[in-house]
Amino acid sequence: MKGADILVESLLKEGVETIFGHPGGAILPINDALYSGKIRHILTRHEQGAVHMAEGFARATGRPGVVLVTSGPGGTNVVTGLTNALMDSTPIVVITGQVPTAVIGNDAFQEADIVGITRSCTKHNYLVRDVKDLARTIKEAFYIASTGRPGPVLVDIPKDVSTASYEFAYPESVNLRGYKPTIAGHAGQIRRAAEMIAAAQRPVLYAGGGVIHSGAAAELRQLGELTATPVTNTLMGLGGFPGVHELWLGMLGMHGTVAANTAMDAADLVIAIGARFDDRVTGNLEEFCVGAKFIHIDIDPSSIGKNVRVDLPIVGDVKHCLRRLLEELRAMDKDWQGEHQAWLAQVEEWKTKYPLQYTQEPDGELLPQFVCTQIYEATHGNAIITTEVGQHQMWAAQFYHCTQPRQFVTSGGLGTMGFGFPAAIGAQVALPDAVVIDIAGDGSFQMTLQELATAVQYDLPVIVAILNNHSLGMVRQWQQFFYDGRYADTSLEVSPDYVKLAEAYGAVGLRATRAHEVRPVLEEAIRVRRPVVIDFVVKMMENVFPMIPSGGSIKDMLLA
Amino acid sequence: MLSYNDAVRRHTFAVLVENKFGVLGRITGLFSARGFNIESLSVAETEDPTVSRITLVTEGDAKVLEQVHKQLNKLIDVIKVTDLSEESHVDRELVLIKVNTEAETRAEVLRIADIFRGKIVDVTPKTYILEVTGDEGKIQAVIDLLKPLGIKELVRTGKIAIARGQRML
Repeated sequence: MKGADILVESLLKEGVETIFGHPGGAILPINDALYSGKIRHILTRHEQGAVHMAEGFARATGRPGVVLVTSGPGGTNVVTGLTNALMDSTPIVVITGQVPTAVIGNDAFQEADIVGITRSCTKHNYLVRDVKDLARTIKEAFYIASTGRPGPVLVDIPKDVSTASYEFAYPESVNLRGYKPTIAGHAGQIRRAAEMIAAAQRPVLYAGGGVIHSGAAAELRQLGELTATPVTNTLMGLGGFPGVHELWLGMLGMHGTVAANTAMDAADLVIAIGARFDDRVTGNLEEFCVGAKFIHIDIDPSSIGKNVRVDLPIVGDVKHCLRRLLEELRAMDKDWQGEHQAWLAQVEEWKTKYPLQYTQEPDGELLPQFVCTQIYEATHGNAIITTEVGQHQMWAAQFYHCTQPRQFVTSGGLGTMGFGFPAAIGAQVALPDAVVIDIAGDGSFQMTLQELATAVQYDLPVIVAILNNHSLGMVRQWQQFFYDGRYADTSLEVSPDYVKLAEAYGAVGLRATRAHEVRPVLEEAIRVRRPVVIDFVVKMMENVFPMIPSGGSIKDMLLA
Repeated sequence: MLSYNDAVRRHTFAVLVENKFGVLGRITGLFSARGFNIESLSVAETEDPTVSRITLVTEGDAKVLEQVHKQLNKLIDVIKVTDLSEESHVDRELVLIKVNTEAETRAEVLRIADIFRGKIVDVTPKTYILEVTGDEGKIQAVIDLLKPLGIKELVRTGKIAIARGQRML
């Protein structure tokens, strides 16, 4: 069997049904092997689109997304997506073509040292120099991408390896002596965690993306409800706890709710679960949760103790650890509700006193927050929401109350503008019947809008809701607050007509400029089941609040 | 409970890795990406040809050293990381020093070589090459003594280290 066919058969063994990719010279034998149609290949318009689609697919399903691109620029164009997937722990497998082994190192046409370039932005990567190693490498790539802390794996396949012949035998198992993720948390540590939780007066559960990756939303909810402990989510953790639950504090961090940040500040115990104390969460570490002890549950030992001194570390899979922890806590027979009554009342007061709010005047400029609320209501809270990066992302996080894990797909760690639209396409490929909406900014959408052609070609009814403020809004907000209103390089005064743009691509273009137009436009977009771009022309100078300036603490929080 | 100490210390790590191309690049890339220092590094195959052993000397406070340890462990091609500074170990370095030898200094160089149990491995009318093996203190001492006599060139292997007693990595 040819190497290209070995690859296809290996992917089938891994249960791959869809690949996102873009062809080229060095990868052609593999595209040719896919011509039989055994695996669906979604032809993207740019390799960055392909890799974000794979991320969207993976985030919406938990299964690895697969990318197939050529050598040289094909490889370098996936670097942003790989970095994004590494930061946000997203399982993807990226296969790149490479020039033939005989010319590697000779500056051949479309040659790039992609294994060297991507070493620091992949969980692991491979150059397959012998067709004999191909099947085993693919097996390992999927195993590494999807186990432990998930992440991106790149496999570089020279053209002569794709065309060489070898017998196909897919390994049953992998044996990597250097890679043995810890799944079960230390029993003694879990018992001590239960004791610390039982002794706490003002505990907070601080839950991140790890809850979603490990499928532990049910366990997190049980933990919150059993121990009557308020829960806050990171941006990556949204949907890991119901965003409408009475114990929910909202998102924490730079643009988190007053209740979430105040509760963290006042807490005597913070239980970090699959979260990594990112600087957008902690702000100034010296002033972060000064009165709290920390329990930190994470599958990645290097995340523990990296930013914050942890009193009780537990290395392990979140779901596994929470199950054991729940057993310990259930055996305690405690009146949690009674003991936490004062704390819960205090938290409730903060929530009531400082809600997220805005005032939409019926005839005034359209407010982006209002649009997000309308999207939430029009979809009954059941859509898959992807976002780009910037103000719209924060408003989407604040006003679309996700109740399900894998419902909110955003670029957290890397902050990649242009992520949301291709991610929405990938999610739609995975879940054809879902309503998938990319809440976008006009700046971000322009970075990857060429994938409109992909959405139209494959009949993927994604909705792009552009909160169009004709500027790079988040940067402009920083300029307003911290650079004396010197709006350097943030005005998008020349922009396409997004309605015509959509129509030019064969998609549906809609526009709303006033409050009363928002709902009908959204309902039309959901009804047509075609790719739709909605141009919501919103107030340019609207800002995201609350805001804790970068490097600040809760005492620096701006409310308006 | 972890306790952090802000004092900067120098630690020696023994790192067993897969003997594959590119692995050293992953290690050095990790150090530069995370802003860790490499004071010295030496690498070669072990008794098992599929495994290479790296001895790596790095410097940092307790938090940095903990991250060095964890981040090394995170690499798929890293089989085992041991912080040898946490236990009793033997470390050695080999240095080759090319020294000026004028008529009046020749005897002195020979005396120093003798004191440090070094060997003269190459002789010309104007130079000696001196080979010395030892721990960091000894190597530094011999360099300090030879410097006034005129060191023309010097090369060090970097430290290698092994745990004392029956313990094996």
